[in-house]
Amino acid sequence: MSTIEYLWLVPFLPLLGALLLIVVGRSMSKAAIAWIGAGSVVLSALVVIVIGIGFLSSPGVYEISVWQWFVVGNLNPSIELHLDALSLIFIFVITFVGFLIHVYSVEFMREDSGYARFFACLNLFVCSMLLLVLAGNLVLLYLGWEGVGLCSYLLIGFWYEDPKNGYAARKAFIITRVGDTAMLIGLFLLFSTFSTLDIETILSAAPTEWEQGSSIATLAALLLLGGAVGKSAQLPLQNWLPDAMAGPTPVSALIHAATMVTAGVYLIARMYVVFELSPVAMTTVGVVGAVTLLIAGFSAITQTDLKRVLAYSTISQIGYMFLALGVGAWSAAIFHFFTHAFFKALLFLCAGVIIEALHHEHDIFRMGGLRKQLPFVFVAFFAGAASLAALPLVTSGFYSKDMILWYAWAGEKGNGLLYAAGLVGALVTALYTARLVIVTFFGSARTPVSKKPGWHMTLPLGVLAVLSITTGFLEVPHNFWHGQLISGFLSDVLPATTIQPGSEAYEWLLQLVAVMATLVGVFIGYYIYMATPGLHEIVKMKMAPLHGLMQAGWGFDALYDLLFVRPVTWMARANRGDIIDGIYTGIAWVTMAANRAFAMTQNGVMRWYVLGIVVGALLIITLGIFV
Amino acid sequence: MTLIAFIGTLMAGGIVAWITARWSETLSRWIALTTVLIDLVWSVVILINNRPDFSATDWLIRFDYPWIGRFGIGISVAADGLSLILLILTFFLGAASVIVSWREIRQRVGFFHFNLLWVLAGIAGVFVVMDLFLFYFFWEVMLIPMYFLIGIWGHENRRYAAMKFFIFTQASGLMMLLSILGLYFIHGNNTGTYTFDYFELLTATFGDTAGRWLMLGFLAAFIVKLPVVPFHSWLPDAHSQAPTAGSVILAGLLLKTGAYGILRFVLPLFPDAAREFSNVAMILGVVGIIYGALLAYGQTDLKRLVAYTSVSHMGFVMLGIFSFNELAFQGVVMQLVAHGLSTGALFVIAGALYERIHTRDLSLMGGFWSGTPFMGFITLVFVMASLGLPGLVNFVAEFLILNGAWQTSHVLAVIGAIGLVLAMAYSLRIMRKIFFGPVADIGVGMRDLTLCEKVVLVPMTLLVIFLGLFPQHVFNASEKSVKDILAMVNSNNKP
Amino acid sequence: MNAIPIEYGLILAGILFMLGMVSVLIRRNIIFMLISVEIMLNAAGLAFIVAGSKWTQADGQIMFIFILTMAAAEVSVGLALILQIYHQLKTLDTDAANRMRG
Repeated sequence: MSTIEYLWLVPFLPLLGALLLIVVGRSMSKAAIAWIGAGSVVLSALVVIVIGIGFLSSPGVYEISVWQWFVVGNLNPSIELHLDALSLIFIFVITFVGFLIHVYSVEFMREDSGYARFFACLNLFVCSMLLLVLAGNLVLLYLGWEGVGLCSYLLIGFWYEDPKNGYAARKAFIITRVGDTAMLIGLFLLFSTFSTLDIETILSAAPTEWEQGSSIATLAALLLLGGAVGKSAQLPLQNWLPDAMAGPTPVSALIHAATMVTAGVYLIARMYVVFELSPVAMTTVGVVGAVTLLIAGFSAITQTDLKRVLAYSTISQIGYMFLALGVGAWSAAIFHFFTHAFFKALLFLCAGVIIEALHHEHDIFRMGGLRKQLPFVFVAFFAGAASLAALPLVTSGFYSKDMILWYAWAGEKGNGLLYAAGLVGALVTALYTARLVIVTFFGSARTPVSKKPGWHMTLPLGVLAVLSITTGFLEVPHNFWHGQLISGFLSDVLPATTIQPGSEAYEWLLQLVAVMATLVGVFIGYYIYMATPGLHEIVKMKMAPLHGLMQAGWGFDALYDLLFVRPVTWMARANRGDIIDGIYTGIAWVTMAANRAFAMTQNGVMRWYVLGIVVGALLIITLGIFV
Repeated sequence: MTLIAFIGTLMAGGIVAWITARWSETLSRWIALTTVLIDLVWSVVILINNRPDFSATDWLIRFDYPWIGRFGIGISVAADGLSLILLILTFFLGAASVIVSWREIRQRVGFFHFNLLWVLAGIAGVFVVMDLFLFYFFWEVMLIPMYFLIGIWGHENRRYAAMKFFIFTQASGLMMLLSILGLYFIHGNNTGTYTFDYFELLTATFGDTAGRWLMLGFLAAFIVKLPVVPFHSWLPDAHSQAPTAGSVILAGLLLKTGAYGILRFVLPLFPDAAREFSNVAMILGVVGIIYGALLAYGQTDLKRLVAYTSVSHMGFVMLGIFSFNELAFQGVVMQLVAHGLSTGALFVIAGALYERIHTRDLSLMGGFWSGTPFMGFITLVFVMASLGLPGLVNFVAEFLILNGAWQTSHVLAVIGAIGLVLAMAYSLRIMRKIFFGPVADIGVGMRDLTLCEKVVLVPMTLLVIFLGLFPQHVFNASEKSVKDILAMVNSNNKP
Repeated sequence: MNAIPIEYGLILAGILFMLGMVSVLIRRNIIFMLISVEIMLNAAGLAFIVAGSKWTQADGQIMFIFILTMAAAEVSVGLALILQIYHQLKTLDTDAANRMRG
């Protein structure tokens, strides 16, 4: 307990860094900014390690209340941090990957004039993300949830002079807000049932309050899912993520690959009791994951922008996590989050080095031959790509993805369709990864390398490359040998997945099938992009309409533009002058028209006045006589 | 007596500031500032002295003095936690308005400060007076100086805006006067005591129809002031044409008198009629949220945009008030404070921009962040406040209101929540148009915030963050008032 | 003494009044309009006299004296105004004196 009391330091240190940089950042030297920006996260990571050691010696659930936020009626959320195995994994990844990416950014952003602003936002992001995963109640979670959204907005639009970046930033913020609003409504629903928003209380009360499969539980779960799909870029709110690549690459690595976009996974895992009460919601989660992983995977094949390939790949990989959540394989989802955080951050950081080295060239078809020019980056990238493609046995991605596929088939809630989607996804993943590696690193050099990375950038690459390979051994399949560290660690928080009886026998077979899918994918990639020069152009020509559709992310942008953006913008434009004001203007106009009409009788001609008097007198006399 | 002293200080300060401007304009400004600051400090001291338990007495301060006994008019003032919070907000924003006018107002400085302080006096009066006759008096006191503030020191279309403001508020105010008189005579006929005393009238009984009409009269004045769609159309004109100080007071304080009036008078005096009306009122609130947000999104004039955001935010107030539960009520109180701070600050920023580039047209702006990062940061905070970012005060308010509304009506709470998405759209538009994008020619060489502006904006920023993280300070103060009002709403006044 | 029937007197007064009124309406020269107004006043005075003799009451004659004095005052003010108009506009045409149109 002793060390865990210092848990508040974990989010506080980055917050302090952010505040310092906001207040005095502009008058500091770049070195000082780098020390504060990266240093705060490094310290935070150290605190996490110390706390982690303390936690391992006496695992359990710890609540640290910092202060009471507010008390109104029954609603009494406090700023309280909640530490259990699940949040420990998350804060570890956030601070550790965060620290590596901060170090990387020290060099990556050195030439930028907004150095302090960048680190302030990045620190604030780390703080919000930590609050999100440490929150003991849903209101505080929502604070972190929106806080990361804000930082994501600020960092995507970091280079604000270009309106395109601003557009991408707004798109990300607004689309995720749509999901957040659903989640907010979910909170109201939960509050009206449980009279509290404390997560532990809700989780323990939900099974007694709601029957299995009750419609209100389904509604609550679906509303939370709304928030999750927004943040995690899942169908139908997935289309902001590829555009979010407009931000600096470290941002893409930290926010849009490793941490923030997995907040949805965290939320569902955290609120798993609510989801388990509703088979409909569980199925929806699984289907959302399966469909997203497929469509994003196919989109990734057709992208030419290095970062967009990785972005679609991120969407697709988070789709895997959702698939795992949907079949109740909670720890598989967290495990995949864990490995994905390392290898995807690695891939993005490598992409950053490459793009920087090639004068901000993003098009992979204008890269090529980088294997010889940037050998270290190649090795690191290859490690990440192998993990992403799930090359068997030696990569972490293999173990985490295999675990998901296994549960998708054999888990109690698993079924053949979800498994098939996952399997096709594995093939597609291998295909686009092979394509990415081949086109970028092999063949002839098409753009000269102008800049080699320094140690600030290569060190994180090295560390992450090692982790991308090794973290897989933390959780190996049951049939290999006994070593399920992650699910064992999580077993206090998340229940184990029950297996359909009699399916254990197939585990080897399924692993073999998964390996085959990967290898076939890699081979197709090799065949199209390397073995037969020019074939990929022919394939592209032959499938032009489909290719165009996939490249445009299946037209979701256009659809939403047509359905929501344009009507709202049109209404706003059309009604700029405010129709209701027209009513009052109308009344004023009528009054003024009447005034003008009566003023015309005041014409200054005396005889008209006399006539008026005479007619008036006649009228009065007539009225006097006849009425 | 303290409460009368508040108002008296402001009125006297106004007159002195007017007179001294003959000799020195700076002195006049300092007098005005000192006057408001005295009230501010004083009211804060009262708040601190009463912490932490605000429920010990019914009223923190109360003073009654029979004035014109023959007609039942008395000088009756009282403040509970709710009044006190709003008083502090009044004096805080009042001080801010004096400071922002320091450079902006160059003509008829004395008369300006006279009007400014008298508006504040009127507002302060409205928040504390417990005699309906005096209430109407102060209601008018805030109207007329405001008319001058807009009409004399406003922007290009000021006459039109001032007249529109005057007609809307005056017409609706007259309906309230009719209701006040109606209440006075009905109660007098029933009981034989003719009185304007609020506490006495709380016991008034009348039939359903009479109650309905009387309530509508009161409500007319309050919902025009709030404003509720479709009675909002004076607001964008008045807000955008008023000088910065005028906009700050209009948005930050005058609108609050509407909400306060509903809470203090409409609900306790006419609980039956209010309950009957609640569905319509909540729908009006939701319509306001959405309609105001859509209009805000379409504007090209910065001040008009911010003005329409007020319509949207006040929709939340309306939704919350007529949800009739503690969550929503506390949310409303918080929303009053939050909106006063965030919108007030946005108007200060709009004024600062106008002073630099002499336009409010958003399409001419862009890329100002590089030249004025501090202003950009401050604007960012308030834009985020306006879109309800957690950690800032507006979130607490909107969260509670929507949560409270959910307990009463699911559908309306959901539609209201959709307003949050639209809020994001219009709020981000402010940032995009002013601070992001390519640098506009008009902004080259622009100064960052001056000392004066910092003195106003930095405390507001800190307060928005502080109250977002420690809102309990406000909730503690208003808890008793809110619960009392809630109890009165749930009572009956049938004969 | 052969009394003249009251109708004759009233009809005469009515005719005079109508004549005056019509000429006020159709004349543009302000002096003629003033004269016409005088005629109307006298018509009204005649009606009073006739009514006074019908009921043998002095009130009608008193009213006529009032009207006379009032007419005298009116003529003096009216003539002064006419002089002013003539000075200002160099014409006696009332249609030209329409500066007070709304």
